[in-house]
Amino acid sequence: MTAPPPVAPRPPRRVDKTFYAMLLPVVLLFTLFITVPAVVGMFYSITNYVGYGDWEFVGLTNYIAIFSDPRILSSYGFTLGFSVVTVIVVNVVALALALGLSAKIKLKTALRGVFFIPMVISGIVIAYVFNYLFSTSLPTIAARLGIESLESSILADERFAWIAVVIVTAWQAIPGAMIIYLAGLLAIPGEVYEAASIDGARPWRQFRSITLPLMLGYVVINTILGFKGFLNAYDIIVGLTNGGPGTSTFSVAMTIFTGFTSGDYAYQMANAVLFFVITVLISVMQLRLIQRRGVSL
Amino acid sequence: MATTLPGTTSAGPSRAQEKNAPEPGGRRRSGWGLTVLIVLASLAVLLPLYFTVAMALKSSEEAATGSGFSWPWPMRFDNFATAWEMTAFPRAFAISLAVTVATVAGLVTLASCAAYAIARNWERKLFRWSYFYLLAAMFIPFPVIALPQIKLVSIVNLDNPAGVAILHILFGLSFNVLLYTAFLRSIPYELEESARLDGASTWQVFWRLIFPLLAPMNATVGIFAFLASWNDFMMPSLITSDPAMQTIPVVQSIFQSQFSANYNVAFASYLMAMAPTVLAYLFAQRWVMTGVTRGAIK
Repeated sequence: MTAPPPVAPRPPRRVDKTFYAMLLPVVLLFTLFITVPAVVGMFYSITNYVGYGDWEFVGLTNYIAIFSDPRILSSYGFTLGFSVVTVIVVNVVALALALGLSAKIKLKTALRGVFFIPMVISGIVIAYVFNYLFSTSLPTIAARLGIESLESSILADERFAWIAVVIVTAWQAIPGAMIIYLAGLLAIPGEVYEAASIDGARPWRQFRSITLPLMLGYVVINTILGFKGFLNAYDIIVGLTNGGPGTSTFSVAMTIFTGFTSGDYAYQMANAVLFFVITVLISVMQLRLIQRRGVSL
Repeated sequence: MATTLPGTTSAGPSRAQEKNAPEPGGRRRSGWGLTVLIVLASLAVLLPLYFTVAMALKSSEEAATGSGFSWPWPMRFDNFATAWEMTAFPRAFAISLAVTVATVAGLVTLASCAAYAIARNWERKLFRWSYFYLLAAMFIPFPVIALPQIKLVSIVNLDNPAGVAILHILFGLSFNVLLYTAFLRSIPYELEESARLDGASTWQVFWRLIFPLLAPMNATVGIFAFLASWNDFMMPSLITSDPAMQTIPVVQSIFQSQFSANYNVAFASYLMAMAPTVLAYLFAQRWVMTGVTRGAIK
Protein backbone atom coordinates (compact mmCIF):
# COMPACT_ATOMS: atom_id res chain seq x y z
CA MET A 1 0.00 0.00 0.00
CA THR A 2 2.92 2.27 0.58
CA ALA A 3 4.68 1.76 -2.73
CA PRO A 4 6.98 4.67 -3.50
CA PRO A 5 5.97 6.81 -6.44
CA PRO A 6 7.54 5.53 -9.62
CA VAL A 7 8.79 8.80 -11.05
CA ALA A 8 9.72 11.60 -8.74
CA PRO A 9 9.86 14.97 -10.45
CA ARG A 10 13.22 16.62 -10.06
CA PRO A 11 13.06 19.38 -7.50
CA PRO A 12 15.18 22.47 -7.69
CA ARG A 13 18.69 22.06 -6.28
CA ARG A 14 18.06 23.66 -2.96
CA VAL A 15 14.88 22.94 -1.12
CA ASP A 16 12.66 25.95 -1.02
CA LYS A 17 11.97 26.86 2.59
CA THR A 18 8.28 27.05 1.76
CA PHE A 19 8.22 23.27 1.45
CA TYR A 20 9.36 22.94 5.04
CA ALA A 21 6.68 25.39 6.08
CA MET A 22 4.12 23.21 4.33
CA LEU A 23 5.20 19.94 5.82
CA LEU A 24 6.60 20.64 9.26
CA PRO A 25 3.46 21.97 10.98
CA VAL A 26 1.68 18.79 10.02
CA VAL A 27 4.50 16.58 11.23
CA LEU A 28 4.76 18.53 14.48
CA LEU A 29 1.04 18.46 15.23
CA PHE A 30 1.02 14.81 14.38
CA THR A 31 3.93 14.07 16.68
CA LEU A 32 2.40 16.01 19.54
CA PHE A 33 -1.11 14.56 19.33
CA ILE A 34 -0.53 11.05 17.99
CA THR A 35 3.05 9.90 18.51
CA VAL A 36 3.59 11.34 21.98
CA PRO A 37 0.37 9.87 23.41
CA ALA A 38 1.17 6.55 21.77
CA VAL A 39 4.62 6.42 23.37
CA VAL A 40 3.38 7.69 26.73
CA GLY A 41 0.58 5.15 26.71
CA MET A 42 2.92 2.30 25.87
CA PHE A 43 5.18 3.41 28.68
CA TYR A 44 2.37 3.42 31.25
CA SER A 45 1.29 -0.05 30.18
CA ILE A 46 4.22 -1.48 32.14
CA THR A 47 3.37 0.49 35.28
CA ASN A 48 0.56 0.38 37.81
CA TYR A 49 -0.53 3.97 37.07
CA VAL A 50 -4.21 4.55 37.89
CA GLY A 51 -4.58 7.80 35.95
CA TYR A 52 -3.23 10.17 38.59
CA GLY A 53 -0.66 10.20 41.39
CA ASP A 54 2.34 7.91 41.85
CA TRP A 55 3.17 4.80 39.94
CA GLU A 56 5.73 2.02 39.85
CA PHE A 57 7.04 -0.28 37.19
CA VAL A 58 5.30 -3.62 37.26
CA GLY A 59 6.88 -5.20 34.18
CA LEU A 60 4.54 -7.35 32.14
CA THR A 61 2.08 -7.93 34.98
CA ASN A 62 -0.70 -6.04 33.19
CA TYR A 63 -0.20 -8.01 30.00
CA ILE A 64 -0.23 -11.32 31.82
CA ALA A 65 -3.34 -10.36 33.78
CA ILE A 66 -5.23 -9.67 30.56
CA PHE A 67 -5.07 -13.31 29.56
CA SER A 68 -6.93 -14.42 32.64
CA ASP A 69 -9.49 -11.61 32.60
CA PRO A 70 -12.77 -13.02 31.33
CA ARG A 71 -14.20 -9.56 30.68
CA ILE A 72 -11.37 -8.60 28.31
CA LEU A 73 -11.17 -12.01 26.67
CA SER A 74 -14.90 -11.97 25.98
CA SER A 75 -14.62 -8.46 24.51
CA TYR A 76 -12.01 -9.78 22.07
CA GLY A 77 -14.19 -12.77 21.30
CA PHE A 78 -17.17 -10.55 20.61
CA THR A 79 -15.24 -7.94 18.61
CA LEU A 80 -13.45 -10.45 16.37
CA GLY A 81 -16.50 -12.62 15.84
CA PHE A 82 -18.72 -9.63 15.16
CA SER A 83 -16.15 -8.19 12.72
CA VAL A 84 -15.82 -11.41 10.74
CA VAL A 85 -19.57 -11.91 10.47
CA THR A 86 -20.18 -8.25 9.57
CA VAL A 87 -17.44 -8.25 6.92
CA ILE A 88 -19.04 -11.31 5.30
CA VAL A 89 -22.58 -9.93 5.48
CA VAL A 90 -21.54 -6.51 4.17
CA ASN A 91 -19.57 -7.94 1.27
CA VAL A 92 -22.22 -10.41 0.18
CA VAL A 93 -25.07 -7.91 0.35
CA ALA A 94 -23.06 -5.05 -1.15
CA LEU A 95 -21.90 -7.18 -4.08
CA ALA A 96 -25.42 -8.46 -4.68
CA LEU A 97 -26.82 -4.93 -4.60
CA ALA A 98 -24.06 -3.62 -6.84
CA LEU A 99 -24.80 -6.38 -9.36
CA GLY A 100 -28.49 -5.60 -9.19
CA LEU A 101 -27.98 -1.87 -9.46
CA SER A 102 -25.71 -2.13 -12.47
CA ALA A 103 -28.00 -4.55 -14.29
CA LYS A 104 -30.81 -3.39 -16.57
CA ILE A 105 -33.41 -2.18 -14.12
CA LYS A 106 -35.95 0.59 -13.94
CA LEU A 107 -35.57 3.55 -11.60
CA LYS A 108 -31.84 2.92 -11.48
CA THR A 109 -30.71 6.37 -10.37
CA ALA A 110 -33.42 6.75 -7.75
CA LEU A 111 -32.71 3.31 -6.30
CA ARG A 112 -29.00 3.98 -6.13
CA GLY A 113 -29.76 7.21 -4.36
CA VAL A 114 -31.83 5.37 -1.76
CA PHE A 115 -29.19 2.75 -1.05
CA PHE A 116 -26.57 5.39 -0.38
CA ILE A 117 -28.58 7.13 2.34
CA PRO A 118 -27.37 5.08 5.34
CA MET A 119 -23.85 6.30 4.66
CA VAL A 120 -24.69 9.88 5.55
CA ILE A 121 -26.54 9.16 8.79
CA SER A 122 -24.84 9.29 12.16
CA GLY A 123 -24.18 5.81 13.57
CA ILE A 124 -25.37 6.57 17.07
CA VAL A 125 -28.61 8.19 15.89
CA ILE A 126 -29.58 5.29 13.65
CA ALA A 127 -28.64 2.93 16.47
CA TYR A 128 -31.15 4.71 18.73
CA VAL A 129 -33.81 4.26 16.07
CA PHE A 130 -33.05 0.55 15.67
CA ASN A 131 -32.91 0.22 19.44
CA TYR A 132 -36.61 1.09 19.56
CA LEU A 133 -37.37 -1.09 16.53
CA PHE A 134 -35.73 -4.14 18.11
CA SER A 135 -36.95 -3.62 21.65
CA THR A 136 -40.52 -2.46 21.03
CA SER A 137 -41.72 -2.63 17.43
CA LEU A 138 -40.45 -6.08 16.52
CA PRO A 139 -41.81 -7.81 19.65
CA THR A 140 -45.16 -6.06 19.17
CA ILE A 141 -45.42 -7.19 15.56
CA ALA A 142 -44.25 -10.69 16.48
CA ALA A 143 -46.88 -10.94 19.19
CA ARG A 144 -49.56 -9.86 16.73
CA LEU A 145 -48.44 -12.49 14.24
CA GLY A 146 -48.00 -15.11 16.93
CA ILE A 147 -44.28 -15.69 16.40
CA GLU A 148 -43.32 -16.58 19.93
CA SER A 149 -39.54 -16.69 19.49
CA LEU A 150 -39.45 -12.98 18.58
CA GLU A 151 -41.85 -11.72 21.21
CA SER A 152 -39.11 -10.68 23.59
CA SER A 153 -36.52 -8.12 22.55
CA ILE A 154 -33.40 -9.60 20.98
CA LEU A 155 -31.46 -6.76 22.60
CA ALA A 156 -32.25 -8.25 25.99
CA ASP A 157 -31.05 -11.71 25.05
CA GLU A 158 -27.37 -12.47 25.65
CA ARG A 159 -27.33 -15.00 22.85
CA PHE A 160 -28.79 -12.79 20.13
CA ALA A 161 -27.97 -9.18 20.96
CA TRP A 162 -24.85 -9.37 18.81
CA ILE A 163 -27.02 -10.11 15.77
CA ALA A 164 -28.70 -6.75 16.22
CA VAL A 165 -25.28 -5.10 16.32
CA VAL A 166 -24.32 -6.87 13.09
CA ILE A 167 -27.55 -5.81 11.39
CA VAL A 168 -27.23 -2.11 12.21
CA THR A 169 -23.49 -1.99 11.51
CA ALA A 170 -24.06 -3.69 8.16
CA TRP A 171 -26.98 -1.38 7.43
CA GLN A 172 -24.63 1.55 7.70
CA ALA A 173 -21.53 0.00 6.10
CA ILE A 174 -23.12 -1.56 3.02
CA PRO A 175 -23.30 1.65 0.90
CA GLY A 176 -19.56 2.27 1.25
CA ALA A 177 -18.73 -1.24 0.10
CA MET A 178 -21.37 -1.02 -2.62
CA ILE A 179 -19.76 2.10 -4.12
CA ILE A 180 -16.49 0.25 -4.47
CA TYR A 181 -18.18 -2.73 -6.10
CA LEU A 182 -20.20 -0.50 -8.45
CA ALA A 183 -16.99 1.19 -9.58
CA GLY A 184 -15.37 -2.21 -10.00
CA LEU A 185 -18.22 -3.55 -12.11
CA LEU A 186 -17.99 -0.52 -14.40
CA ALA A 187 -14.35 -1.38 -15.04
CA ILE A 188 -15.17 -4.79 -16.51
CA PRO A 189 -15.38 -4.43 -20.29
CA GLY A 190 -18.72 -5.50 -21.72
CA GLU A 191 -17.10 -7.48 -24.52
CA VAL A 192 -16.09 -10.12 -22.00
CA TYR A 193 -19.72 -10.86 -21.25
CA GLU A 194 -20.68 -10.78 -24.91
CA ALA A 195 -18.00 -13.33 -25.69
CA ALA A 196 -19.15 -15.49 -22.80
CA SER A 197 -22.77 -15.30 -23.93
CA ILE A 198 -21.82 -16.35 -27.43
CA ASP A 199 -19.98 -19.31 -25.94
CA GLY A 200 -23.20 -20.20 -24.19
CA ALA A 201 -22.28 -19.29 -20.62
CA ARG A 202 -25.34 -18.73 -18.48
CA PRO A 203 -25.61 -15.82 -16.04
CA TRP A 204 -24.53 -17.79 -12.97
CA ARG A 205 -21.55 -19.21 -14.86
CA GLN A 206 -20.65 -15.73 -16.07
CA PHE A 207 -20.79 -14.44 -12.54
CA ARG A 208 -18.54 -17.20 -11.23
CA SER A 209 -16.03 -17.23 -14.03
CA ILE A 210 -15.86 -13.56 -14.98
CA THR A 211 -17.37 -11.20 -12.45
CA LEU A 212 -16.13 -12.80 -9.28
CA PRO A 213 -12.47 -13.28 -10.32
CA LEU A 214 -12.31 -9.74 -11.71
CA MET A 215 -13.89 -8.35 -8.55
CA LEU A 216 -11.49 -10.11 -6.21
CA GLY A 217 -9.32 -7.03 -5.74
CA TYR A 218 -12.35 -5.07 -4.67
CA VAL A 219 -13.39 -7.80 -2.26
CA VAL A 220 -9.97 -7.49 -0.67
CA ILE A 221 -10.24 -3.70 -0.40
CA ASN A 222 -13.68 -3.99 1.19
CA THR A 223 -12.48 -6.64 3.59
CA ILE A 224 -9.57 -4.48 4.73
CA LEU A 225 -11.69 -1.35 5.08
CA GLY A 226 -14.38 -3.37 6.84
CA PHE A 227 -12.07 -4.82 9.46
CA LYS A 228 -10.47 -1.42 9.98
CA GLY A 229 -13.86 0.01 10.92
CA PHE A 230 -15.56 -2.90 12.66
CA LEU A 231 -12.69 -3.78 14.99
CA ASN A 232 -13.09 -0.30 16.49
CA ALA A 233 -16.85 -0.57 16.80
CA TYR A 234 -18.21 1.84 19.36
CA ASP A 235 -20.93 4.30 18.33
CA ILE A 236 -23.52 1.81 17.14
CA ILE A 237 -23.02 -0.52 20.10
CA VAL A 238 -23.41 2.35 22.55
CA GLY A 239 -26.70 3.32 20.95
CA LEU A 240 -28.00 -0.21 20.62
CA THR A 241 -26.99 -2.28 23.62
CA ASN A 242 -24.37 -0.26 25.48
CA GLY A 243 -22.38 -3.49 25.77
CA GLY A 244 -25.19 -5.51 27.24
CA PRO A 245 -26.97 -7.55 28.16
CA GLY A 246 -24.32 -8.44 30.71
CA THR A 247 -21.10 -7.91 28.80
CA SER A 248 -22.16 -9.88 25.76
CA THR A 249 -21.69 -7.04 23.26
CA PHE A 250 -18.87 -5.19 24.98
CA SER A 251 -16.33 -4.30 22.28
CA VAL A 252 -12.60 -3.92 22.83
CA ALA A 253 -12.85 -0.15 22.31
CA MET A 254 -15.49 0.07 25.03
CA THR A 255 -13.35 -1.99 27.38
CA ILE A 256 -10.35 0.27 26.80
CA PHE A 257 -12.45 3.36 27.52
CA THR A 258 -13.38 1.98 30.94
CA GLY A 259 -9.78 2.83 31.84
CA PHE A 260 -10.88 6.45 32.32
CA THR A 261 -13.13 5.84 35.22
CA SER A 262 -12.26 2.51 36.78
CA GLY A 263 -8.73 3.30 37.94
CA ASP A 264 -7.52 0.73 35.40
CA TYR A 265 -5.54 3.21 33.34
CA ALA A 266 -2.30 1.23 33.06
CA TYR A 267 -4.11 -2.07 32.71
CA GLN A 268 -6.38 -0.82 29.92
CA MET A 269 -3.35 0.75 28.25
CA ALA A 270 -1.77 -2.71 28.13
CA ASN A 271 -5.04 -3.88 26.62
CA ALA A 272 -4.80 -1.08 24.05
CA VAL A 273 -1.25 -2.07 23.11
CA LEU A 274 -2.34 -5.66 22.71
CA PHE A 275 -5.28 -4.53 20.61
CA PHE A 276 -2.94 -2.49 18.43
CA VAL A 277 -0.70 -5.52 17.87
CA ILE A 278 -3.70 -7.64 16.91
CA THR A 279 -5.02 -4.96 14.54
CA VAL A 280 -1.64 -4.72 12.83
CA LEU A 281 -1.37 -8.51 12.58
CA ILE A 282 -4.77 -8.69 10.91
CA SER A 283 -3.76 -5.92 8.47
CA VAL A 284 -0.46 -7.65 7.67
CA MET A 285 -2.26 -10.94 7.09
CA GLN A 286 -4.61 -9.24 4.66
CA LEU A 287 -1.77 -7.48 2.85
CA ARG A 288 0.00 -10.84 2.53
CA LEU A 289 -3.13 -12.25 1.02
CA ILE A 290 -3.19 -9.43 -1.51
CA GLN A 291 0.38 -10.09 -2.52
CA ARG A 292 -0.18 -13.80 -2.88
CA ARG A 293 -3.25 -13.18 -5.01
CA GLY A 294 -1.30 -10.73 -7.10
CA VAL A 295 -3.99 -8.12 -6.78
CA SER A 296 -2.66 -4.70 -7.61
CA LEU A 297 -4.02 -2.01 -5.38
CA MET B 1 -1.97 1.89 -4.60
CA ALA B 2 -1.59 2.24 -8.32
CA THR B 3 -4.48 4.22 -9.66
CA THR B 4 -4.69 2.64 -13.04
CA LEU B 5 -8.03 0.94 -13.18
CA PRO B 6 -9.29 2.05 -16.55
CA GLY B 7 -12.62 3.76 -16.60
CA THR B 8 -12.87 4.03 -12.87
CA THR B 9 -10.41 6.71 -11.92
CA SER B 10 -11.89 9.39 -14.08
CA ALA B 11 -15.36 9.69 -12.71
CA GLY B 12 -18.16 8.06 -10.88
CA PRO B 13 -20.94 6.21 -12.55
CA SER B 14 -21.61 8.44 -15.51
CA ARG B 15 -24.84 8.04 -17.32
CA ALA B 16 -23.37 7.64 -20.78
CA GLN B 17 -21.05 4.90 -19.69
CA GLU B 18 -23.82 2.96 -18.11
CA LYS B 19 -26.15 2.99 -21.05
CA ASN B 20 -23.60 1.38 -23.30
CA ALA B 21 -22.15 -1.00 -20.81
CA PRO B 22 -23.78 -4.40 -20.92
CA GLU B 23 -24.93 -5.39 -17.50
CA PRO B 24 -22.39 -7.49 -15.63
CA GLY B 25 -25.00 -9.98 -14.59
CA GLY B 26 -25.31 -10.81 -18.25
CA ARG B 27 -29.10 -10.62 -18.14
CA ARG B 28 -31.16 -10.00 -21.19
CA ARG B 29 -34.61 -9.66 -19.66
CA SER B 30 -36.19 -6.26 -19.45
CA GLY B 31 -35.47 -6.27 -15.73
CA TRP B 32 -38.87 -5.78 -14.13
CA GLY B 33 -38.46 -8.83 -11.92
CA LEU B 34 -35.09 -7.61 -10.75
CA THR B 35 -36.43 -4.10 -10.27
CA VAL B 36 -39.16 -5.38 -7.96
CA LEU B 37 -36.59 -7.36 -6.01
CA ILE B 38 -34.37 -4.32 -5.54
CA VAL B 39 -37.28 -2.09 -4.63
CA LEU B 40 -38.15 -4.61 -1.92
CA ALA B 41 -34.55 -4.56 -0.73
CA SER B 42 -34.63 -0.77 -0.60
CA LEU B 43 -37.35 -1.05 2.04
CA ALA B 44 -34.58 -2.09 4.42
CA VAL B 45 -33.30 1.46 4.06
CA LEU B 46 -36.61 3.27 3.74
CA LEU B 47 -38.61 1.60 6.52
CA PRO B 48 -36.41 2.74 9.41
CA LEU B 49 -36.51 6.25 7.95
CA TYR B 50 -40.28 6.16 7.53
CA PHE B 51 -40.51 4.84 11.07
CA THR B 52 -38.46 7.76 12.39
CA VAL B 53 -40.72 10.27 10.65
CA ALA B 54 -43.91 8.53 11.79
CA MET B 55 -42.74 8.38 15.40
CA ALA B 56 -41.62 12.00 15.34
CA LEU B 57 -45.14 13.13 14.42
CA LYS B 58 -47.04 11.13 17.03
CA SER B 59 -48.51 12.21 20.32
CA SER B 60 -46.85 10.63 23.33
CA GLU B 61 -49.90 8.36 23.86
CA GLU B 62 -49.74 7.14 20.27
CA ALA B 63 -45.99 6.63 20.50
CA ALA B 64 -46.37 4.45 23.58
CA THR B 65 -48.74 1.98 21.93
CA GLY B 66 -48.45 -0.44 19.04
CA SER B 67 -45.44 -1.11 16.83
CA GLY B 68 -44.94 2.53 15.90
CA PHE B 69 -45.35 2.03 12.17
CA SER B 70 -48.83 3.48 11.87
CA TRP B 71 -49.05 6.95 10.37
CA PRO B 72 -50.14 9.46 13.03
CA TRP B 73 -53.24 11.59 12.65
CA PRO B 74 -53.34 14.45 13.49
CA MET B 75 -49.64 15.05 13.02
CA ARG B 76 -47.94 16.64 16.00
CA PHE B 77 -45.36 19.13 14.86
CA ASP B 78 -44.88 20.54 18.34
CA ASN B 79 -42.61 17.55 19.09
CA PHE B 80 -39.93 19.33 17.13
CA ALA B 81 -40.27 22.44 19.25
CA THR B 82 -39.95 20.35 22.43
CA ALA B 83 -36.92 18.49 21.07
CA TRP B 84 -35.43 21.79 19.88
CA GLU B 85 -35.54 23.09 23.42
CA MET B 86 -34.53 19.91 25.22
CA THR B 87 -31.39 19.43 23.16
CA ALA B 88 -30.64 23.16 22.89
CA PHE B 89 -30.60 22.45 19.20
CA PRO B 90 -29.28 25.80 17.92
CA ARG B 91 -26.24 25.62 20.17
CA ALA B 92 -25.51 21.95 19.41
CA PHE B 93 -25.97 22.68 15.73
CA ALA B 94 -23.58 25.64 15.87
CA ILE B 95 -20.96 23.54 17.66
CA SER B 96 -21.35 20.65 15.22
CA LEU B 97 -21.06 23.06 12.33
CA ALA B 98 -17.97 24.75 13.77
CA VAL B 99 -16.22 21.42 14.39
CA THR B 100 -17.12 20.15 10.92
CA VAL B 101 -16.10 23.31 9.06
CA ALA B 102 -12.82 23.48 10.96
CA THR B 103 -12.15 19.81 10.23
CA VAL B 104 -12.91 20.07 6.52
CA ALA B 105 -10.95 23.31 6.05
CA GLY B 106 -8.04 22.13 8.16
CA LEU B 107 -7.83 18.73 6.58
CA VAL B 108 -8.03 19.96 2.99
CA THR B 109 -5.40 22.64 3.60
CA LEU B 110 -2.95 20.74 5.77
CA ALA B 111 -3.13 17.45 3.87
CA SER B 112 -2.79 19.06 0.44
CA CYS B 113 0.12 21.27 1.56
CA ALA B 114 1.96 18.38 3.17
CA ALA B 115 1.32 16.12 0.19
CA TYR B 116 2.59 18.79 -2.20
CA ALA B 117 5.78 19.26 -0.22
CA ILE B 118 6.26 15.48 -0.12
CA ALA B 119 5.49 14.83 -3.77
CA ARG B 120 7.83 17.54 -5.00
CA ASN B 121 10.72 16.57 -2.74
CA TRP B 122 10.44 12.83 -2.88
CA GLU B 123 14.19 12.48 -3.44
CA ARG B 124 14.91 13.96 -0.07
CA LYS B 125 14.95 11.71 2.92
CA LEU B 126 13.20 14.12 5.27
CA PHE B 127 10.16 14.35 3.03
CA ARG B 128 10.08 10.70 2.08
CA TRP B 129 10.33 9.59 5.69
CA SER B 130 7.72 12.08 6.77
CA TYR B 131 5.38 10.46 4.28
CA PHE B 132 5.84 7.00 5.75
CA TYR B 133 5.70 8.45 9.24
CA LEU B 134 2.31 10.01 8.57
CA LEU B 135 1.11 6.90 6.78
CA ALA B 136 2.05 4.60 9.65
CA ALA B 137 -0.74 6.16 11.69
CA MET B 138 -3.31 4.46 9.48
CA PHE B 139 -2.67 1.48 11.68
CA ILE B 140 -3.36 3.39 14.89
CA PRO B 141 -7.08 3.65 15.56
CA PHE B 142 -8.35 6.15 18.09
CA PRO B 143 -9.21 3.63 20.86
CA VAL B 144 -5.57 2.51 21.03
CA ILE B 145 -4.26 5.91 22.07
CA ALA B 146 -7.47 7.35 23.50
CA LEU B 147 -6.45 7.20 27.16
CA PRO B 148 -3.18 9.18 26.97
CA GLN B 149 -4.57 11.38 24.22
CA ILE B 150 -7.53 12.54 26.25
CA LYS B 151 -5.25 13.27 29.19
CA LEU B 152 -3.02 15.32 26.93
CA VAL B 153 -5.94 17.18 25.40
CA SER B 154 -7.20 18.24 28.80
CA ILE B 155 -3.72 19.29 29.92
CA VAL B 156 -3.41 21.71 26.99
CA ASN B 157 -6.98 22.97 27.55
CA LEU B 158 -8.34 21.43 24.40
CA ASP B 159 -11.00 19.26 26.04
CA ASN B 160 -13.53 21.19 23.95
CA PRO B 161 -14.83 21.31 20.35
CA ALA B 162 -11.54 22.81 19.15
CA GLY B 163 -9.73 19.73 20.42
CA VAL B 164 -12.28 17.51 18.70
CA ALA B 165 -11.64 19.30 15.39
CA ILE B 166 -7.87 18.96 15.81
CA LEU B 167 -8.12 15.22 16.44
CA HIS B 168 -10.57 14.78 13.56
CA ILE B 169 -8.00 16.45 11.33
CA LEU B 170 -5.08 14.42 12.64
CA PHE B 171 -6.84 11.08 12.33
CA GLY B 172 -7.84 11.97 8.78
CA LEU B 173 -4.34 13.02 7.74
CA SER B 174 -2.80 9.65 6.93
CA PHE B 175 -5.32 8.55 4.40
CA ASN B 176 -5.77 11.97 2.82
CA VAL B 177 -2.06 12.70 2.48
CA LEU B 178 -1.93 9.37 0.67
CA LEU B 179 -4.79 10.41 -1.64
CA TYR B 180 -3.31 13.81 -2.40
CA THR B 181 0.20 12.48 -2.95
CA ALA B 182 -1.11 9.89 -5.40
CA PHE B 183 -3.04 12.59 -7.24
CA LEU B 184 -0.15 15.07 -7.25
CA ARG B 185 2.13 12.54 -8.91
CA SER B 186 -0.12 12.67 -11.94
CA ILE B 187 0.41 16.43 -12.29
CA PRO B 188 3.54 16.97 -14.41
CA TYR B 189 6.26 19.15 -12.98
CA GLU B 190 6.62 21.00 -16.29
CA LEU B 191 3.31 22.65 -15.57
CA GLU B 192 4.86 24.51 -12.67
CA GLU B 193 8.11 25.31 -14.39
CA SER B 194 6.77 28.05 -16.59
CA ALA B 195 5.09 29.70 -13.64
CA ARG B 196 8.34 29.51 -11.73
CA LEU B 197 10.24 31.06 -14.64
CA ASP B 198 7.82 33.94 -14.42
CA GLY B 199 9.01 34.42 -10.88
CA ALA B 200 6.20 32.85 -8.88
CA SER B 201 7.19 31.60 -5.45
CA THR B 202 6.45 28.05 -4.31
CA TRP B 203 3.63 29.38 -2.18
CA GLN B 204 2.07 31.18 -5.14
CA VAL B 205 2.52 28.18 -7.42
CA PHE B 206 0.74 26.00 -4.91
CA TRP B 207 -2.23 28.25 -4.24
CA ARG B 208 -2.73 29.67 -7.74
CA LEU B 209 -1.84 26.66 -9.86
CA ILE B 210 -1.76 23.39 -7.94
CA PHE B 211 -4.57 23.85 -5.45
CA PRO B 212 -7.18 24.58 -8.12
CA LEU B 213 -6.00 21.48 -10.00
CA LEU B 214 -6.62 19.48 -6.85
CA ALA B 215 -10.30 20.47 -6.87
CA PRO B 216 -11.72 16.98 -7.50
CA MET B 217 -9.56 15.58 -4.72
CA ASN B 218 -10.53 18.43 -2.43
CA ALA B 219 -14.18 17.56 -3.01
CA THR B 220 -13.59 13.91 -2.17
CA VAL B 221 -11.55 14.66 0.94
CA GLY B 222 -14.06 17.31 1.97
CA ILE B 223 -17.11 15.06 1.65
CA PHE B 224 -15.54 12.26 3.66
CA ALA B 225 -14.28 14.66 6.31
CA PHE B 226 -17.67 16.34 6.52
CA LEU B 227 -19.54 13.07 7.03
CA ALA B 228 -17.03 11.62 9.47
CA SER B 229 -16.80 14.77 11.53
CA TRP B 230 -20.49 15.67 11.58
CA ASN B 231 -21.62 12.16 12.49
CA ASP B 232 -18.91 11.24 14.98
CA PHE B 233 -19.98 10.29 18.47
CA MET B 234 -16.91 8.62 19.94
CA MET B 235 -14.43 11.50 19.98
CA PRO B 236 -16.64 14.41 21.07
CA SER B 237 -18.30 12.29 23.75
CA LEU B 238 -14.91 11.36 25.19
CA ILE B 239 -12.99 14.57 24.62
CA THR B 240 -15.37 17.43 25.32
CA SER B 241 -15.73 17.70 29.07
CA ASP B 242 -18.47 20.34 29.18
CA PRO B 243 -21.86 18.76 28.29
CA ALA B 244 -23.07 22.17 27.12
CA MET B 245 -20.44 22.11 24.37
CA GLN B 246 -21.48 18.82 22.82
CA THR B 247 -22.23 18.12 19.16
CA ILE B 248 -25.59 17.01 17.80
CA PRO B 249 -24.97 13.22 17.83
CA VAL B 250 -23.82 13.39 21.45
CA VAL B 251 -26.73 15.43 22.81
CA GLN B 252 -29.15 12.74 21.61
CA SER B 253 -28.14 10.67 24.62
CA ILE B 254 -30.37 12.73 26.92
CA PHE B 255 -33.30 10.70 25.61
CA GLN B 256 -31.58 7.50 26.73
CA SER B 257 -30.57 8.50 30.22
CA GLN B 258 -33.83 10.21 31.05
CA PHE B 259 -36.53 7.90 32.25
CA SER B 260 -39.36 9.15 30.17
CA ALA B 261 -41.94 7.79 27.82
CA ASN B 262 -41.89 10.62 25.32
CA TYR B 263 -40.40 8.62 22.48
CA ASN B 264 -42.12 10.93 20.04
CA VAL B 265 -39.92 13.81 21.17
CA ALA B 266 -36.83 11.59 21.05
CA PHE B 267 -37.61 10.62 17.46
CA ALA B 268 -38.30 14.22 16.51
CA SER B 269 -34.84 14.97 17.82
CA TYR B 270 -33.27 12.03 15.92
CA LEU B 271 -34.95 13.26 12.76
CA MET B 272 -33.53 16.73 13.29
CA ALA B 273 -30.11 15.16 13.83
CA MET B 274 -30.33 13.19 10.58
CA ALA B 275 -31.84 15.93 8.47
CA PRO B 276 -28.78 18.09 7.72
CA THR B 277 -26.67 15.35 6.14
CA VAL B 278 -29.59 13.62 4.43
CA LEU B 279 -30.84 16.89 2.92
CA ALA B 280 -27.34 17.92 1.88
CA TYR B 281 -26.96 14.51 0.28
CA LEU B 282 -30.28 14.65 -1.56
CA PHE B 283 -29.45 18.07 -3.01
CA ALA B 284 -25.89 17.22 -4.00
CA GLN B 285 -26.43 13.56 -4.78
CA ARG B 286 -24.65 13.25 -8.09
CA TRP B 287 -21.73 15.32 -6.85
CA VAL B 288 -21.39 13.36 -3.62
CA MET B 289 -21.48 10.00 -5.39
CA THR B 290 -18.80 11.05 -7.86
CA GLY B 291 -16.60 12.34 -5.09
CA VAL B 292 -17.07 9.31 -2.92
CA THR B 293 -16.43 6.94 -5.81
CA ARG B 294 -13.20 8.73 -6.60
CA GLY B 295 -12.06 8.26 -3.02
CA ALA B 296 -13.07 4.63 -3.01
CA ILE B 297 -10.98 3.76 -6.01
CA LYS B 298 -7.78 5.54 -5.07
